[in-house]
Amino acid sequence: MKKTMSVLTGALVATAVTAGAASAADTLETVKARGELICGVSTGLPGFSLPDEKGNWTGLDVDTCRGVAAAVLGDATKVKFIPLTAKERFTALQSGEIDMLSRNTTWTHTRDTSLGLNFAGVNFYDGQGFLVQKELGVKSATELDGASVCIQSGTTTELNLADYFKANNMSFSPVVYDTSDQTVQGFAAGRCDILTSDTSQLAALRSKLDNPDAAEILPEVISKEPLGPVVRQADDVWFNIVKWTLFAQLNAEELGVTSANADDMLKSENASIQRLLGTNGDLGEKLGLGSNWAYNAIKQVGNYGEMFERNVGPKTPLQIPRGANALWNKGGFMYAPPVR
Amino acid sequence: MGKYVEKEALPPPVSTTGPVAWVRQNLVSTPLNTVLTLFALYLIWELLPPILNWAFFEANFIGDDVSACSGAGACWVFIKTRLGFFTYGFYPDPERWRVDISFLLLALVIVPQFIKGFPYKAWIGVAGLTILPVIVGILLVGGMFGLNHVETHQWGGLMLTLVLSYVGIVAALPFGVILALGRRSEMPTVRLVCVAFIELWRGVPLISVLFMASVMLPLFLPEGWDFEKLLRALIGITMFQSAYMAEVIRGGLQAIPKGQFEAAAALGLGYWRSMGLIILPQALKLVIPGIVNTFIALFKDTTLVLIIGLLDILATVQSSIVDPKWGGVATEGYIFAAFCFWVFCFGMSRYSQALERKLHTGHKR
Repeated sequence: MKKTMSVLTGALVATAVTAGAASAADTLETVKARGELICGVSTGLPGFSLPDEKGNWTGLDVDTCRGVAAAVLGDATKVKFIPLTAKERFTALQSGEIDMLSRNTTWTHTRDTSLGLNFAGVNFYDGQGFLVQKELGVKSATELDGASVCIQSGTTTELNLADYFKANNMSFSPVVYDTSDQTVQGFAAGRCDILTSDTSQLAALRSKLDNPDAAEILPEVISKEPLGPVVRQADDVWFNIVKWTLFAQLNAEELGVTSANADDMLKSENASIQRLLGTNGDLGEKLGLGSNWAYNAIKQVGNYGEMFERNVGPKTPLQIPRGANALWNKGGFMYAPPVR
Repeated sequence: MGKYVEKEALPPPVSTTGPVAWVRQNLVSTPLNTVLTLFALYLIWELLPPILNWAFFEANFIGDDVSACSGAGACWVFIKTRLGFFTYGFYPDPERWRVDISFLLLALVIVPQFIKGFPYKAWIGVAGLTILPVIVGILLVGGMFGLNHVETHQWGGLMLTLVLSYVGIVAALPFGVILALGRRSEMPTVRLVCVAFIELWRGVPLISVLFMASVMLPLFLPEGWDFEKLLRALIGITMFQSAYMAEVIRGGLQAIPKGQFEAAAALGLGYWRSMGLIILPQALKLVIPGIVNTFIALFKDTTLVLIIGLLDILATVQSSIVDPKWGGVATEGYIFAAFCFWVFCFGMSRYSQALERKLHTGHKR
């Protein structure tokens, strides 16, 4: 049954890819004509895309979309956010319902090569980690033999966990829950020794415990989860725009350009900054945008560091340290090609 | 002989009426009953005070953020601050009065139905099923009469739940009647089409209907044919619901004795008139409980739209309780959602009972 389904889905996707390829060529023109960017986000993931009290979307993935809207349309507010579930996210992009997908989506080989999609970069390096009860006295994930683990069902988390324990010749007993909230409740009630989830969520889950100090996050990260925006394949103009908007925000952080000082930086003598902000050269025109594309994105949304601090950084409830998401020259993986 | 003095009737013995007798007859009539009563009292004693404490006495009602929730009880502040989101979803703030007016119109149609002898009650009801959806549709979507256009992807919360169930209910009833009549038709093509439709839609779960509408359909439609997700969900729900409704109504049609059909024919009535004037009024009356049951099920089934990324009231609650700014408010959120559903479902149930009492004209023993 499962095989039949996957064959069927494969066939459908293949149809969609061929159908999409013919018409998807000018997302840029479509977006400009519409005057609005349509962006697929999650139905609610803290720090990445979450509606607030007023129903406004906030988060790192949301800001990624806003950056693109600012670069293309000159106005970061001209974005329509479509909440999508994990199952329908790729179809929504393939069928043209959305212009870009920014929904904590892990960049994997299969997704990049067989779905007719392109990953336009990485806006967050995530990975799977562990939260343990302190009283267990465990200091490393390698000491977890025989532990009971609270997991959310149906996620790659479950598979990664099995792989990890098998590779280290350890056994575990899974305690499976349906939602992340139930998983925390189970962990808080002592139904399991450890809880596993993406590290981006562990701190937030820990803060939901009655006594957060009784639990700690282990240093091990057992999987690679590079998350990033996705666009349709065979539309290289649009692909370049999404990719380089993110790069521009990374370069801005590296060059010290922020939303607060962007106006002063227009007078900067630094050639890289001049090229980035469009006071010199024609980098914007090469993308098919105005010369102030990067200026708009940085001025209205901020550089990558600002986006990170605002949504997921140590001062937010998620309390995620920069770690792997720091710039390449500060010990992280965030590396943008030069603006030249 | 003394004069006859009328004596006042003696009151009935204490042991047969009044609260004491009620307690004797109902709570302590047998040893087993006595034990059960004591056990129930013990349960109430154990459970009720903590629940009341949590929900009311120690609960937090005042404030606007998590710091207000310092007491041991429930954090209703969370519900209070998010109430707008739970009610309107992403509907833009300055336009929310349009939703309020729609709620008001709905109430104006529904409340008279509960009041006995309200003037023009039936006509108000008919208007609620015909004109109201149009007015509310124009009001909510906008784009004409100087109203700003609000796209349906911004709809959410309670308002979306009500839109989905109201449209489902209003559209499914007539479709269901037609399908039920079609299934009993003597014309083979009509019958075959209706049977096929009913069995097809009844044979698949609603969740897969919604999933097909949301995920598969766009892949097959040509580019530019992309109609809105809400509309797709509404069509799916209506189709699904009319198949169920058809079977409920067919049950009523089968309960009508053959004599009624023959009497209608003997009066010289044609098919539509005999159905409309004689058969359907009796059949529909018989299956009121079944119809309302289906409506209540539909109302609750609308929460399934969250799997296609439409945020109904339950989904708005779910996406709010994960907010890291609020810790551990899941219970409050779910209780609020459950309460909203209970209010509407209980209301429908009461209405159906009132309707049955009003329309009972014979079959009752």
